[in-house]
Amino acid sequence: MNFDPQTRRLVLGESLDAGVVAEAWSRLGTMSGAWKVEAASLIKVDGAGLAFLWVLGREEHVRISGLRPEILALLKPFASLPAHPAEEPDRRDSFFEQIGRVSWGIFQDVRDQIAFIGEFSVMALRCVAHPGLVRWRDMWVTAQKAGVDALVVAGMVSFLTGMIMAFQAAVPLRQFGVDIFVVNLVALALLRELGPIMTAVVLAGRSGSAFAAEIGTMTVNEEISALRTMGLDPMRFLVVPRVLAGFIVTPILTVYASFLGVAGGFLVMMTQGFPFAALWNQLVSAVGVTDLMTGFIKSFVFGILVAGVGCLRGLQTGHGATAVGESTTRAVVSAIFLIVVVDAVFAVIFYVLKW
Amino acid sequence: MVTESNIIEVQNLTAAYGDFVILDRISFDVHHGEIFVVLGGSGCGKSTLMKHLIGLVPPASGTILLDGQDITTAVGTEREDLIKKFGVMYQSGALFGSLTLEENVMLALEEFTHLPADARRMIARMKLFLVGLERFTRHYPSEVSGGMQKRAAIARAMALDPEVLFLDEPSAGLDPVTSAGLDELILNLNKNLGVTFVIVSHELASIYAVADRVIMLDSKSKGILAEGPPGDLRDKATDPAVHAFFHRESQEAAG
Repeated sequence: MNFDPQTRRLVLGESLDAGVVAEAWSRLGTMSGAWKVEAASLIKVDGAGLAFLWVLGREEHVRISGLRPEILALLKPFASLPAHPAEEPDRRDSFFEQIGRVSWGIFQDVRDQIAFIGEFSVMALRCVAHPGLVRWRDMWVTAQKAGVDALVVAGMVSFLTGMIMAFQAAVPLRQFGVDIFVVNLVALALLRELGPIMTAVVLAGRSGSAFAAEIGTMTVNEEISALRTMGLDPMRFLVVPRVLAGFIVTPILTVYASFLGVAGGFLVMMTQGFPFAALWNQLVSAVGVTDLMTGFIKSFVFGILVAGVGCLRGLQTGHGATAVGESTTRAVVSAIFLIVVVDAVFAVIFYVLKW
Repeated sequence: MVTESNIIEVQNLTAAYGDFVILDRISFDVHHGEIFVVLGGSGCGKSTLMKHLIGLVPPASGTILLDGQDITTAVGTEREDLIKKFGVMYQSGALFGSLTLEENVMLALEEFTHLPADARRMIARMKLFLVGLERFTRHYPSEVSGGMQKRAAIARAMALDPEVLFLDEPSAGLDPVTSAGLDELILNLNKNLGVTFVIVSHELASIYAVADRVIMLDSKSKGILAEGPPGDLRDKATDPAVHAFFHRESQEAAG
């Protein structure tokens, strides 16, 4: 290609392909005034070459000569292509529109959550009255996936947390000669707070996300619509078994994880030279029934919360693969946020009850 | 324009999933510039054959030559160059949902050429114009109809000006008018741009409208039951299964 701004002549070579056009495209902007384009040698063009020729031909001050009939034939289908794309409506929102949209989104989400709780409660009561309505098989399969399969990860997280806490607390407490109280610290923290919370977070990451992805994919594939049109309530078919599974396995996992966490603390203390009997006595004197109950009661609520939010986010899924990803993320984020909020509410309740 | 030289040569291709053989030692050629249709009843291995032709699934045995190069053994840059020679439209369209139609078309241009953004956008606009979607360049796939998605998928498949376009069931799920529009588009691209088409289909109306030559696969013999122009197969076929297919008779009637 020979580009001569002095004489305002552009002589095209044999080939006008993506490689040539990549270099030549920037020159289009500099071609002001009357230009002559000689295309007699041009034999081979591809999509990029056609785009280049079309853009040249669109300019009134450019005259193209010598184009071969084969290339003219390739350009012919584009004769009616409008010179410039139609003005697209501006899709960006103004600042106030953005605030409005976000507020409306939050309002709708709260409304969806309330509706979901209502619908679920009605269905749950019906299932209590007629246990045959529950799809028990699905429930047990989900319970296995969410519970049994989570034993290793939930146990490890809790065990290591117990060990870390004991290590961290042992040093400062020893300075005051009260390192036996490490047991109080580890046991109370794990049984009352960390055990239930960490188990719920693990469950949100493992199972809440899986529920959202599974139900979300079903929503995208119109399987949920199919269920509804067959007269089958997704609430009964999908949500009840999962929430029930969460309700059953979370307390068990919590007790198991809390126990392992305390065991981790014990292990560290025993390596520091404390006999098991001393640790056990300290544990028995430090932990009361109310301490055990606080963690246990919370874990039921966390189980319902994590499973319920996972299912809700799945049912709220929009269109396409990205929507499933968004639902999964929202399921985990909402679950963790709600776990902390509910835990704070429990803290106030237990404070008032003096538990 | 159809020439006698072959752009695809399939020799003794056996397709199998594990021990389950789907196609047994089939051979056929696709000529430059022709519209070649693979047809057959449900489950006879049409889509499996296409997956083999585009190199997604390695064959159990046999060779597949695309423009003289074996797609089953090509690796690295050789494979990359080979891939640029063909475009594929999947049955569902398989457009990327997070990208607009224009961005879907521009993606390959962005990866494989050094064209500036303006040029890429212009090319995408022209490709989408060819398939009648010039007004929808900034729309997302979920915002347009199923037929439009398929047409956009053809535009995306054409981004790098491939020599061959593979279309998997282009008419499936479309109304007759949209389907006829798609046939017209295929004929147009074939005539004006000289693109070779390999189409997997079992829509008779569509096959009569576009096909230069067809092969009919058979699930019983796991091979090619008939080969030739669709009109010839309809009028002259002696095989009862081929006759039944082209005359829309049930299998029982075909004996």
